[in-house]
Amino acid sequence: MAGNVALRQGTTTERPTTGAITELPLVRWLLTLAALGFLGLMLIVPVIAVFVKAFEQGSELYIKAITAPDALAAIQLTLLTVVIAVPLNTLFGLAAAWSIAKFEFRGRSFLITLIDLPFAVSPVIAGLIFVFLFGKPGVLWPWLSANDIKIIFAVPGIVLATVFVTFPFIARELIPLMRAQGTTEEEAALTLGASGWKTFWHITLPNIKWGLIYGVILTSARAVGEFGAVSVVSGHIRGETNTMPLHIEILYNEYQFVAAFAVASLMTLMAIITLIVKNISEWKVQQQSQESEEVTA
Amino acid sequence: MSIEIVNINKQFGSFTALKDINLTIATGQLVALLGPSGSGKTTLLRIIAGLEAADQGSILFHGQDTAKQNVRQRQVGFVFQHYALFRHMTVFENVAFGLNVRPRHLRPSKSEIKEKVQTLLSLVKLEGLADRHPGQLSGGQRQRVALARALAVEPQVLLLDEPFGALDAKVRKELRRWLRQLHDELHVTSVFVTHDQEEALDVADQIVILNNGRIEQLGTPEEVYEQPGNPFVYDFLGNVNLFHGRIHQGRINIGSIELDAPGYDDTLNTRAVSFVRPYNIEVEREPKGQEFIPARILFIRAVGPTVHLELKREDSSDLVEVELSKARFQALALKSGELVFVRPKDLKIFIPDDYVI
Repeated sequence: MAGNVALRQGTTTERPTTGAITELPLVRWLLTLAALGFLGLMLIVPVIAVFVKAFEQGSELYIKAITAPDALAAIQLTLLTVVIAVPLNTLFGLAAAWSIAKFEFRGRSFLITLIDLPFAVSPVIAGLIFVFLFGKPGVLWPWLSANDIKIIFAVPGIVLATVFVTFPFIARELIPLMRAQGTTEEEAALTLGASGWKTFWHITLPNIKWGLIYGVILTSARAVGEFGAVSVVSGHIRGETNTMPLHIEILYNEYQFVAAFAVASLMTLMAIITLIVKNISEWKVQQQSQESEEVTA
Repeated sequence: MSIEIVNINKQFGSFTALKDINLTIATGQLVALLGPSGSGKTTLLRIIAGLEAADQGSILFHGQDTAKQNVRQRQVGFVFQHYALFRHMTVFENVAFGLNVRPRHLRPSKSEIKEKVQTLLSLVKLEGLADRHPGQLSGGQRQRVALARALAVEPQVLLLDEPFGALDAKVRKELRRWLRQLHDELHVTSVFVTHDQEEALDVADQIVILNNGRIEQLGTPEEVYEQPGNPFVYDFLGNVNLFHGRIHQGRINIGSIELDAPGYDDTLNTRAVSFVRPYNIEVEREPKGQEFIPARILFIRAVGPTVHLELKREDSSDLVEVELSKARFQALALKSGELVFVRPKDLKIFIPDDYVI
């Protein structure tokens, strides 16, 4: 808290610390400058460049690029994927976090490892797994083709790949929060006669609300931006199985730079909004776990 | 409602939390489960509530087995050590929770709930704080909210887990007096867990002393304090001095002195331990008989009406704790480092073959 106050007043951090851990002012300035310079070069300049490039030939072309039928189809597919993948992973994440944080059972640490698997596996390999399972040379291909079900090079494959890649975010966010909060509030609710469902709805969910929102945002951001796994299973059929990142790649490969950057700028905008919401929820999560410390202290 | 605890056993892995617990709690009583940490007292309370399942044995409420009832159906009010208030709800919402989650046909109307909560809040003296959140309350206030919340569902049994454990000494004392008064008003059968013997002696009708998962003694505060059943109870309830010695034909030999040991007339040359409370040790400047042990004063704490002395016996170099009235202390004009003579009175003698402290 003290750190925040100092920043807000615009003073340098001349806190009453012992001399042993403070650096020379010059060193401090150099370090800060290096960090800021690096961030500017790697993060801020590219973001500006995206927008500059997108509007390079006027807003007319920009609007045309993002309202082209293929672009609209890509945006639509991306949103559809998000709308399916995020609720699925929210449900799964809640269930997994609930069981891991609030119960002791055999195979618990194995479950945690499994949840982390999508972080460890390269998205391309994730995509290939689905091709191997559902694709033409795949294990389930005879049955799928007999029943006329298309998964690979179709929307279901894209959704599956996205669900796989965004699997861990919500559970990972909720497990530590739920652990910190413990189970006594739930126990209290039960002794007061609340059913399991009411306990979850009135006690558990409000307590993890901000953590959950944070997880949902991360999941959505990743679902929108996922390239590797989706690229493998999509088949790149224009207007049908292209998501926004795939569409950008195609435009770029066809030297339509303005159009590519126009769609890219949309994704950048989404990312910036995500960051803002993420920061707000992060701050709220901190408040929530601080409160829980205070209340249980 | 009475509670009967029949043959309860509970094991956590290889650790025996409770071993063959049998206990009957009469309707309307306030009972303390007293014991050191790890004695199984909280586990027993949680088993009564249904928050934990016993490995063996049964809990009977009013003569009826509760085995098929889960926590919700047992209608117990449970007050948690760290209050477990719902942090995202106001005090009002916390207290109203138990009523609001009832199925629709059993739920009181909004205005009835409001009235009930107001009544409870005035009972626990928190009328003005209905709109606060738990984070804005002091520890004592939170504990009272927790109690009001538990009482809102009109429990048949009130269970309290170290209810005052996390509060400072002064608030503790106030709250436990208040709990006693509240209990006298409501007459709900109540069981509370504590590791603080003073708290148990001060508040409870009956005290159950637990150690290592077993009941050591059961009785009113006077009974357990005045007639401790075994060395553990004697040691656990208040300060005590240990005098090791040998018993032979009704006499006990302690260091340089010999005292009467009534009830041990037939005992022959056996090791024994005798316990003496610090206020049962007489201090004199000169030995006034055969029963005085020479001892040197190491430390004097003369704060308050009682003066605490720490002495070292000259015959065995064991430490002895003594409590004197201020008047007696001043009459003797004692100083640190002086040699005095002490006589233990009112010994409780135990033959130490089956216990370890």
